Amino acid sequence: MAGIDDVAKALERVPGGGIILTSIDAIADWSRGYSLWMMPMGTACCAMELIAASFSKFDFDRHGSIPRPDPRHTDVMVVAGTITHKMAPSVKRLWEQMPDPKWCIAMGNCAISGGIFYYDTYSVVRGVDEFLPVDVYIAGCPPRPEALQDAILRLREKVRAESVSPGRARTIESILPLPSDAPRGSGGDAE
Amino acid sequence: MNLNELREHLCATYPDLCPLFSVEFGDGVMQVASSGLHSAAADMKALGFDMLGMVTAVDFGEDFELIYRLRSREMRVGMIVRTRVPRGNPSVASVTDLWPAANWHEREVYDLFGITFEGHPDLRRILLPDDWVGHPLRKDYEDPGVIRRPDYL
Repeated sequence: MAGIDDVAKALERVPGGGIILTSIDAIADWSRGYSLWMMPMGTACCAMELIAASFSKFDFDRHGSIPRPDPRHTDVMVVAGTITHKMAPSVKRLWEQMPDPKWCIAMGNCAISGGIFYYDTYSVVRGVDEFLPVDVYIAGCPPRPEALQDAILRLREKVRAESVSPGRARTIESILPLPSDAPRGSGGDAE
Repeated sequence: MNLNELREHLCATYPDLCPLFSVEFGDGVMQVASSGLHSAAADMKALGFDMLGMVTAVDFGEDFELIYRLRSREMRVGMIVRTRVPRGNPSVASVTDLWPAANWHEREVYDLFGITFEGHPDLRRILLPDDWVGHPLRKDYEDPGVIRRPDYL
């Protein structure tokens, strides 16, 4: 696991001693990235995938991501579903109740842009990023739990790269494939 | 009870409502004037229709049609009560005193069609924000925030 290896690099063994030394920010950034508790802001069918992600088949507890019913316990808000103009103030209020530092995942096309409700709809907010600072977008209608898992892992890399202490941001080796890594023509792209 | 038995039962109990009764789509239909809606609804409840499943409306341009879907658990038969209200004065008596379930249904119809229900205990918007302007399910509703789908999509 690249994450464990990074911690090993941050640790400094003292020769002959039974202790290890590290900096507070290195251990804090490491632990912060591995306990991204979710605020499950599920409002539509994406919430079913979000719920499935928490249960035994996908088991996001192994990533340290567990859903919490109280926004004051959580680190990342997963907006899973259509947000209407009536719901938006409630979502914003829950977001403001979350303690800093906090992140946001827009799960599904509705949360990204309004999705199928973009045109000819009077009641739907066209993307949750109109009022929340979204860190990771997941496309899909709805996305599979694997896509949410990819988003959690990408967010973890972002969290671990930005340090708790100012000016100590670090570069980490990504374990996730980039879009440019995909073989050309494999995804149904017209050549 | 089938619909023919329902017709006989209705005509025996309420002869004045009998000519308003018809059968459509496997349900009994009662087409009443808007002024007589509440008394007809009270008669339907006395007849045994103890469940109000749905209240909705249709915009026909010059008037709105209100649709109440009733069901009798004892007779195991459904009944649709329909009435029309003019667009200029869309108002009808509330049936919340007969079926408390009508409360939120009538609020929804008020929210989306702008039909007022006289005697409703708490008639305010239910689905849209309280400061919303207009009633979106009316055919002439215009919202500058709506993006129209282009022809090529």
